[in-house]
Amino acid sequence: MTTLISILSGGLQGYILVALLLFITGLATVLCRRSILVQFMGVELMLNAANVALVAFARFRGSDVQGTVFYLFIIAVAACEAAVGLALVVGLYRLRQSTDTDRADALKQ
Amino acid sequence: MQKVAWLIPILPLLGAAFHGLLGRRLGKGAVTAVALACLIVPLILAGFAFSAVLDAPGRRLDLPYFEWMAAGPMHVPFGLVFDSLSSVMALVVTGIGTLIHLYSVGYMWEEEGYARYFCYLNLFVFFMLLLVLGSSLPLLFVGWEGVGLCSYLLIGYYFDTEVAAAAGLKAFLFNRVGDLGMTMGMMALFASFGTLTVGEILTRAGQLSPEAGFGVLTFATLMMFVGATGKSAQIPLYLWLPDAMAGPTPVSALIHAATMVTAGIYLICRLSPLFLLTPITLTAVAWVGGSTALFAAAIGLFQRDIKKVLAYSTVSQLGYMFLGLGSAGFAAGFLHLFTHAWFKALLFLGAGSVIHGMHHQQDLFRMGGLRSKMPITFWTMLVATLCIMGFPGTSGFFSKDEILYLAFQKSPALYAMGLLGAACTAFYMWRLMALAFWGEPRDRHAFDHAQESPATMTAPLVILAIGALLAGLLGLPRIWGGSFAIEGWLEPALTFGRSGLVVPNPEHGSAALAWSLMALSTTVALAAGFLGWNVYRRGTAAEEAFSSRFPVLYRVLSNKFYVDEAVEALILGPARWGGHFLWKAFDVVIIDGIGVNLPGAFTRVGGDLAAQAQTGRVRNYALGMAIGAVLLLWIFLK
Repeated sequence: MTTLISILSGGLQGYILVALLLFITGLATVLCRRSILVQFMGVELMLNAANVALVAFARFRGSDVQGTVFYLFIIAVAACEAAVGLALVVGLYRLRQSTDTDRADALKQ
Repeated sequence: MQKVAWLIPILPLLGAAFHGLLGRRLGKGAVTAVALACLIVPLILAGFAFSAVLDAPGRRLDLPYFEWMAAGPMHVPFGLVFDSLSSVMALVVTGIGTLIHLYSVGYMWEEEGYARYFCYLNLFVFFMLLLVLGSSLPLLFVGWEGVGLCSYLLIGYYFDTEVAAAAGLKAFLFNRVGDLGMTMGMMALFASFGTLTVGEILTRAGQLSPEAGFGVLTFATLMMFVGATGKSAQIPLYLWLPDAMAGPTPVSALIHAATMVTAGIYLICRLSPLFLLTPITLTAVAWVGGSTALFAAAIGLFQRDIKKVLAYSTVSQLGYMFLGLGSAGFAAGFLHLFTHAWFKALLFLGAGSVIHGMHHQQDLFRMGGLRSKMPITFWTMLVATLCIMGFPGTSGFFSKDEILYLAFQKSPALYAMGLLGAACTAFYMWRLMALAFWGEPRDRHAFDHAQESPATMTAPLVILAIGALLAGLLGLPRIWGGSFAIEGWLEPALTFGRSGLVVPNPEHGSAALAWSLMALSTTVALAAGFLGWNVYRRGTAAEEAFSSRFPVLYRVLSNKFYVDEAVEALILGPARWGGHFLWKAFDVVIIDGIGVNLPGAFTRVGGDLAAQAQTGRVRNYALGMAIGAVLLLWIFLK
């Protein structure tokens, strides 16, 4: 009950809950979908779940800006990662004429 | 002399290396020259060594070269010993070896493996000289095994025939049984004397007090005797020698008649003081020797293969030697070794000459009438036959008679066995002579093409014939006005300076007894010989008549008492069955199955299961990663 009140009144738990839901959505996307593009989006979701958590902790720790700075770094890294990841998607498509990751199972052999 | 004595065994070894490495490239001429040189030079050196021994104190030259093995309390020197025994034996080995090498040049000239043959033959002479001259039992054993190896190689010389390969293997396996006895005997001797040098063993044996009891010593000598039965083809380990005739005939003459098979007799002579201390062993030696002498001679009666007759004759004659040794007549046994080396080598070489002349016909029933075709072979073989049957005045007469006389003093039963064996000997030898040289040729085609052998083959025959006639003079008995010279000559080696223990004087019986025994054995031998000659000079009809009249006796004798079959059924069969059982039950099921394949199967099935996890799909790997991460979190945060 106190948790619910805390969430509704803008407490830390609400942010963490959002981050958690976001992370689980991303993980489920990666695990369940077969299109590499959608899986890639799932990865981005998980990344941003972490960002939400970082910013929330930074805010509630008061004067500490470490979390905020970390968040900015992650945004930059995510941008680079997106560039590399999309290049991989294009490369995979050229190789296989499809974006289905279940068909890219050459590691099995 | 002492400075070059080591050349005596080394030269044949170098010769063997030469033939083996270069022989095929340099051709038969070079092989012949080197092979003969590597025998003649040691023969001359052995002659010098013999005369040096005459002058040496105690008639013994000890030549230690270096320490060979040193382990704890054991010190085995590498050295040669020339004493009255070994120097005579070295002369026999190199002398008869030279003649047989010379003979082999003619006999083997057409053969493909000429260099290989002489390589083995020279190697054999090396090992035999090592056996004879070695100063310690391990060195003697090296020679002992080495001659066994050469025997194996030469029996299997025609290795592309299954018979020869199997015969070689048989010889090797039978010798292993004997060698086990030999090694156990050596261990027992080391345990009781703490040394393996022959001289030291005999010296320490001389210091033992007679009351000490000789249990270990009896065991040691018995085991040594087991070794001797293996090498010298005595009951029960004689079966390999007749099969060994699959080798070339000169090999049968040198290895399986004159030298190697006498190694057992030599060993016992070498250790004679030990055997004199253990009367139980001596009795065993005498009985084994006596029964072998009779048994093998009986088998020889109806063999059809000329070499098989001679092979069983060799087994029988070796039995006589052991009979002599067992009756404490070491000099008599050694004298028979010496005379037998001459006349048996001559018989084998003569048989080889016949086989050569008849184009590899060995069946006596297909020969006949060769007297006019091969006069030199005939006359020399006649000499050898007279020697082996004990015709008065020949060498075999003196040596065999001495043995029979001693055997009579040991036990009349032994004498009776020896006498019966001598009758069989005379019969089968005259049967052989009559079938080969008298009568009508039974194989007209082979007879027409038969011819006398070349001079390289007949010259050794003549030399051996002279030697066979004269060799017995060394042992001219006292009742014939001689002095039994060989005993006096060998005495220092046989008694090894023991004062308390004297070799029983074989002449202490009365002269009348000696004369009557001699007359009896001579009469029996002459009668049996005449019977054999008279029956068989008319052909083979008499034998067929005999076989139809006494079918069981004839079949038992000509099938060698079915001993081979009995060994097959009682020993080899179960052994083979046991081997099969171990193979199928133990090896296949336990070793291969439970030991090797079961863990393998576990790994394979486990791997197959684990391989299911490797799908190659990114999603599955990601799931694994997620589960892992959750587990880690749970572990760290719980």
